[in-house]
Amino acid sequence: MSSRAGSIEAVDGPVVTVADAQGISIAELVLVGDDHLLGEVIRLEGNTATVQVYENTGGLEPGEPVYGTGGPLSVELGPGIIGNIFDGLQRPLEVIETRTGAFVHRGVSIPPLDRQRQWLFHPSVRPGEEIHRGSVLGSVFESDLIEHRLLVPVRLHMGGVSRTMLAERVAAVTPGEHTVGDYVASVDVDHRETRLQMMQRWPVRHARPYRQRLLPDVPLITGQRVIDTFFPIAKGGTAAIPGGFGTGKTVTQHQLAKWSDADIVVYIGCGERGNEMTEVLIDFPMLVDPRSGKPLMQRTVLIANTSNMPVAAREASMYTGVTLAEYYRDMGYDVAVMADSTSRWAEALREIAGRLEELPAEEGFPAYLPSRLAEFYERAGRVVTLGGMNGSVTIVGAVSPPGGNFSEPVTQNTLRFVRCFWALDKSLAAARHFPAINWIESYSEYLDSVEGWWSKNVFNDWRGLRNRAMGVLQEENHLQQIVKLVGADALPDEQRLVLETARMLREGFLQQNAMDPIDTYTTPQKQVAMLRSMMRFYERGREIVARGAPVIRLRELSIVAHLIRMKNEVPNDRLTEIDDIGLALDRQLNELESEYL
Amino acid sequence: MSAASKEYIGVASIRGPLLVVEGTTDIGYDEMVEIIGPDGGRRIGRVLSVSRKAATVEVFEGTSGLTIRSTGVRFFGRPLTVPVSLEMLGRVFDGLGRPIDGGPEPLARERRDINGSPINPTARAYPSEFIQTGISAIDGMNTLVRGQKLPIFSGSGLPHNVLAAQIASQAKIARREEFCIVFAAMGIVRDVATYFQLRFEESGALENSVLFLNLAEDPSTERIATPRMALTVAEYLAFEAGKHVLVIMTDMTNYCEALREVSSAREEVPARRGFPGYMYSDLASIYERCGRIRGMKGSITQMPILTMPNDDITHPVPDLTGYITEGQIVLSRELHLKNIYPPIDVLPSLSRLMKDGIGEGRTRADHPDIASQLYASFARVREVRSLASVIGEEELSAVDKSYLRFGEEFETGFVAQEAVEDRNIDTTLDIGWNVASILPKTELFRVTEQEIRQHYRVPERGV
Ligand SMILES: Nc1ncnc2c1ncn2[C@@H]1O[C@H](COP(=O)(O)OP(=O)(O)OP(=O)(O)O)[C@@H](O)[C@H]1O
Ligand SMILES: [Mg+2]
Repeated sequence: MSSRAGSIEAVDGPVVTVADAQGISIAELVLVGDDHLLGEVIRLEGNTATVQVYENTGGLEPGEPVYGTGGPLSVELGPGIIGNIFDGLQRPLEVIETRTGAFVHRGVSIPPLDRQRQWLFHPSVRPGEEIHRGSVLGSVFESDLIEHRLLVPVRLHMGGVSRTMLAERVAAVTPGEHTVGDYVASVDVDHRETRLQMMQRWPVRHARPYRQRLLPDVPLITGQRVIDTFFPIAKGGTAAIPGGFGTGKTVTQHQLAKWSDADIVVYIGCGERGNEMTEVLIDFPMLVDPRSGKPLMQRTVLIANTSNMPVAAREASMYTGVTLAEYYRDMGYDVAVMADSTSRWAEALREIAGRLEELPAEEGFPAYLPSRLAEFYERAGRVVTLGGMNGSVTIVGAVSPPGGNFSEPVTQNTLRFVRCFWALDKSLAAARHFPAINWIESYSEYLDSVEGWWSKNVFNDWRGLRNRAMGVLQEENHLQQIVKLVGADALPDEQRLVLETARMLREGFLQQNAMDPIDTYTTPQKQVAMLRSMMRFYERGREIVARGAPVIRLRELSIVAHLIRMKNEVPNDRLTEIDDIGLALDRQLNELESEYL
Repeated sequence: MSAASKEYIGVASIRGPLLVVEGTTDIGYDEMVEIIGPDGGRRIGRVLSVSRKAATVEVFEGTSGLTIRSTGVRFFGRPLTVPVSLEMLGRVFDGLGRPIDGGPEPLARERRDINGSPINPTARAYPSEFIQTGISAIDGMNTLVRGQKLPIFSGSGLPHNVLAAQIASQAKIARREEFCIVFAAMGIVRDVATYFQLRFEESGALENSVLFLNLAEDPSTERIATPRMALTVAEYLAFEAGKHVLVIMTDMTNYCEALREVSSAREEVPARRGFPGYMYSDLASIYERCGRIRGMKGSITQMPILTMPNDDITHPVPDLTGYITEGQIVLSRELHLKNIYPPIDVLPSLSRLMKDGIGEGRTRADHPDIASQLYASFARVREVRSLASVIGEEELSAVDKSYLRFGEEFETGFVAQEAVEDRNIDTTLDIGWNVASILPKTELFRVTEQEIRQHYRVPERGV
């Protein structure tokens, strides 16, 4: 497959210059040096190629050979992806551990998908039937949760030529046990039988095609109250979660990976901590998906290119992850991608650009940073697949702004392309108000589109309830400016009730402890029930205050503590307890009111 | 990489810590270099970039005194290495691993590449064993666990050295025979190095310590190799010899400045404040050499120390560090001026691995909730204090006044302790509850009603 394509001219960190590089093409995957380190051609000038090398280049010498592979950086698509952990180039880290031990060494060449494992193939087409690109050939059970639908490849490679699969006829199918390398079907193409493997390849830097885009109007339910109720994201939508160190980006993304109602989660650890990937590997097999009752790992794929792994592979890891996501989307699944952190990916771009001596734009980042970000987020969406099914890719990207200051290039350019902004706030994090999503600064452009789903499935005045609660929080924010100057006691009771209610909303609703077994996940029904009872406290409280009752009396009602604690005291499946709290609230309010009639 | 070493006489150019040697052949990227000055003195360096025509060499000990014509450059055909063995315990080395305690080169069967290799995330064991440091602000609020990387963010003149030494001597990381300290000094003054040596000696840890000292008067570029030397030895001690290793590295700000020096000599495009764009990756290649590995006995716990220029936590050095480490202990000048030791500012401090190291069966069942409550209440103290400064203390509501008292007591009773005071976790948590009990029960929402019944003290002074 590989042929000599030049020799090393110079080595500068991850960037290698190759002389006499006639045969290779731009974006081609190459093998660099005697150790066959993986690299990608990123620039061609005359006979000189510039290669970014995905592995540590220590010891590489000018004069060593470089080999072409004939194709671009690609991933293998087929059963065996789910439940696995790969590096940024889709190398299986668990297998690597069995080969090289606890430390990762360079130059290991292991195919991404297990070549030995047998999968039971159930065809869903018969010989003579017409199929086309992206339609379903059959399926295998990849995990207890995921039926892996084998798709007709988009392009067909026959004897060196490649053409698009249009309408072709199935010549044969072979049900039964197969490995990913086995041929499981064949089609008649121009009167020649062409065989199809269980697995296929796809170049990671190209978006996979679909038939049609749909509007994202179904919310991705995350079980996180501040997100679902106040700043919802839709299936097929995009969100950015920027914040300084320690403000909760990773915990929030772990929460979404655990609890959101996607069919599949692709978690990309891009230039972050090794222990955070280990945590997922340890926790997810033990956590149970609330919908299916199966371990969460059975719907999860991890891409781990930690901060101490080579920087060029970090750049590739985002594309590897999103390509796997698109593949499952094409099977008709809702896939959620967590990318932690997109800033590290942007820094990898910056580092390579710097070594190429490209002219920098802002803060040393290359001028093409915005277009790369746009391309990445554009790969999200809810679509009709080529096979005619509905599927989606949702992308949530963490952003790590230097100094926690959002006015920097990665945050600012990301905001141009995402429609949901969950702004993490350092002072909330310092007070251990988590998730530290600032409710004044954040926004979601999906509010209008998901409103229909909520009013139909959960509560018909969902939007009204949400907006009234938001109104209280905004008014509190405004009043706090005054409180800082004169103290809360100086405010009229009506305004102090706003402060009291906002405190209840902050402590009892917005704040959600990821470590608490009940609080970690809240169903949409419970979210609405909680918010309704809190807003009832406010709305009836306002009438009572208007009759002359001092706010302190409302604050001292014994039910207040229950309102604040129902988040972790009332399990999701015992919502009648919230009704009981509501009844008790009404009783106490009635009593108080009767004193001022 | 070719094994035999090659020697060249004369260099093409010298700029800052860099020199360029032309006409080189068979030189590998990142290989070790020895530079022989006109006076015969030897220095160590490494290849920063290489082409068919020339190699750029970074000279760790600086280039001063070198000449174009008569400088000799020897390439070793292998990366910079350090010997690893148990014999290194009790020894003192310079920043490049040469003994400076008068003793011989340690006997070692093996030398290792100082760059190490990344730990496979599948091989890591998640750190979760509580380490009692005896310091309430850490144990109670920012708990350290075995295998964690937890830096101290300090400022010049603050007692970070005293604190680090107190932690090193009090921390219950392991039984004495399994515990060792690897200490890497980068650009610190001799007195500070001596202070640590004495404190290690007092606590009996010196014979189980390995010290790498690059002092303020030593060449600055040498600092780039020092932490890597130290961590290579630490990895050997932890993952081969089964020791629980505490690595103290100070001062990371000096390290980063050395990195900046090399970068600017190479005329690289800087990111923020002149620091190179790859500083995050570079720091990660140090801080990630830490943790536990499944099936192996030892562990590496890192405690890097850095001084924030201008006490600015958004400066690139603390900022990038915070993005990599598993939390941070932040020291405050304000508390220090109030004579509070340790002057730990709990609000910006954080231990990310705390959640798995505390609670029932590890510290105490009420620990997570009372810690969270103390955070929330102390955050409120800030607001009340600024209000009090506007309207006067007398004008505050009764509840707000209780917050002021709580804040005082939290700082002077909970955070403050003696530099030799070793509090156990029960004492720490009890003090925490005593302080929290200054607030009325209705202010405590992060703790459960049952915990209130069990731990809340009826206030002696009425609220
Ligand atoms: N929802 C939550 N519930 C409880 N604790 C939380 C929550 N979110 C964040 N935290 C706390 O905040 C700490 C830091 O969060 P996290 O690791 O997610 O920060 P980060 O923004 O990813 O930081 P970095 O950029 O450095 O990776 C956690 O270790 C945890 O203690
Ligand atoms: Mg994070």
